[in-house]
Amino acid sequence: MRELICITCPMGCHLVVDTDEHGEMKVTGNRCARGEHYAREEIFNPKRVVTFTCAALLPDGSVPGPGSDLPRRVPVRTTVAFPKEKIPELLGALRGITVRLPAVRGTVVLQKALGTEVDVIVARSIASK
Amino acid sequence: MAAALELDARGHPVLILEREDTLGGILMQCIHNGFGLIEFNEELTGPEFAQRFEEDIRKRNIQASLRTTVLDIREEGGLKAIYCVSPSQGMMRIEARAIILAMGCRERSRGNIRIPGTRPAGVYTAGLAQRLVNIEGYIPGRDVVIIGSGDIGLIMARRMSWSGCKVHAVIEILPYPSGLTRNIVQCLNDFSIPLYLSHLVTDIYGRDRVEGIEVTPIESGALMHEKAFKIACDTVLLSVGLVPENEISRNAGIEIQPATNGPWVDSMLMTTMPGVFACGNVLHVHDLVDYVAEEARRAGANAAAWLSGYRPAREIRAKTGPNIRYVMPMRINPERENRLYMRSLIVKNDAQLEVRLDGAVVKSRRLAHVQPSEMLSLTLEPKAVAAAGRDSTVEIALV
Repeated sequence: MRELICITCPMGCHLVVDTDEHGEMKVTGNRCARGEHYAREEIFNPKRVVTFTCAALLPDGSVPGPGSDLPRRVPVRTTVAFPKEKIPELLGALRGITVRLPAVRGTVVLQKALGTEVDVIVARSIASK
Repeated sequence: MAAALELDARGHPVLILEREDTLGGILMQCIHNGFGLIEFNEELTGPEFAQRFEEDIRKRNIQASLRTTVLDIREEGGLKAIYCVSPSQGMMRIEARAIILAMGCRERSRGNIRIPGTRPAGVYTAGLAQRLVNIEGYIPGRDVVIIGSGDIGLIMARRMSWSGCKVHAVIEILPYPSGLTRNIVQCLNDFSIPLYLSHLVTDIYGRDRVEGIEVTPIESGALMHEKAFKIACDTVLLSVGLVPENEISRNAGIEIQPATNGPWVDSMLMTTMPGVFACGNVLHVHDLVDYVAEEARRAGANAAAWLSGYRPAREIRAKTGPNIRYVMPMRINPERENRLYMRSLIVKNDAQLEVRLDGAVVKSRRLAHVQPSEMLSLTLEPKAVAAAGRDSTVEIALV
């Protein structure tokens, strides 16, 4: 038995997930069909959109100094939700990635991350001066 | 930006004055997703949401003066005079026929909620920590406790965890979380971070740097000192509410409403200073940026109408009924469609939102779930208030 809170809408139903005598998954506590769908996804294939920042580099390869108007980090995101159990490994990979300015929104910084179909892209265009 | 685009579309020249290095305000440091579901029908990060507006601003050649701090606004010779400074231009005096206030809000700090204890380094507001991590690229500490369960605090619990820090607890004085349920699940439960409801931080320890905090449970409204416990940490983040930033408005003599800490506004979102409008978090604190953009567009359109000479023929009073904390705006134009925002005082399933004209229900809506942290909205058509007289009052109630 597992307890979950459905996050599909603001109601926040408290779901109880159990297996019946035939070994079939049974969801109770949901007020609509979306609750059951959520529970199924959350149990068999939990995913999250990952947003992170990567280090920014100036066009000459140096790091923006303290007096610079440019940010030292560039926001990145997974294109869609990413398998939850692989998130720590993904964060490790992103820590080693630098983005050279100017950055362009949508540029892929990590293609098919960790063997999934999910890319990591730049989330904000930043000029280089 | 949304207000500026609306004014520009109606043929009025606009200038945006922005204190930061970039347009977009607080969105630039909100790198998490969840923005834009209403506005763009997709889930965007903060910078992505801001950039869509910024691209439109550029396309329309709307002027923006960055790194510019407004110091004062005054009524001078039938116009508004704006006094501001910037490193490149120095002191400037700008004349305008109308002003839209969109300064946003700021975080309540340790001083605002009076936490006892020493004053070591390592106590930050959650938004400041967010800026340090996401834009400046610094980690403010390793062992973190978060005070308050507001959304920024919850988002930062996940952000700090993903940055390799340990978040030991979130402490909330109320018996229920102040953030959205989805954030409790995704930002706390995913990382097994304990949430202490009905608990108060009663001490902060440490001489140079935070060394720990004392937490005391609250039972039936009383502090249970004998059950107090300590949590060791080197960093404390505060997520204890937001306050509209109205220093400029107050100095200009604009009337501020105690219920919202924002300016009093009429049905056109115009403040008590004619020609000065307000929208977004400087008017009242919103929970979704999509609502901010909608309200800002409305302020822009209203300012354009006002500049073209439109004045409402009459306005009737909007007031709060049972279980409603505030209604925005405080006046209704019975000849136009009115968009109202309000906040609940209660947590309830299957609630009924009622609009009463002089006591009689003229419109109602069933709501599956209401809670104080989720703003409610309502569109009131002219026909619903057609019977309104000179001294009529519209009351919004939740039953």
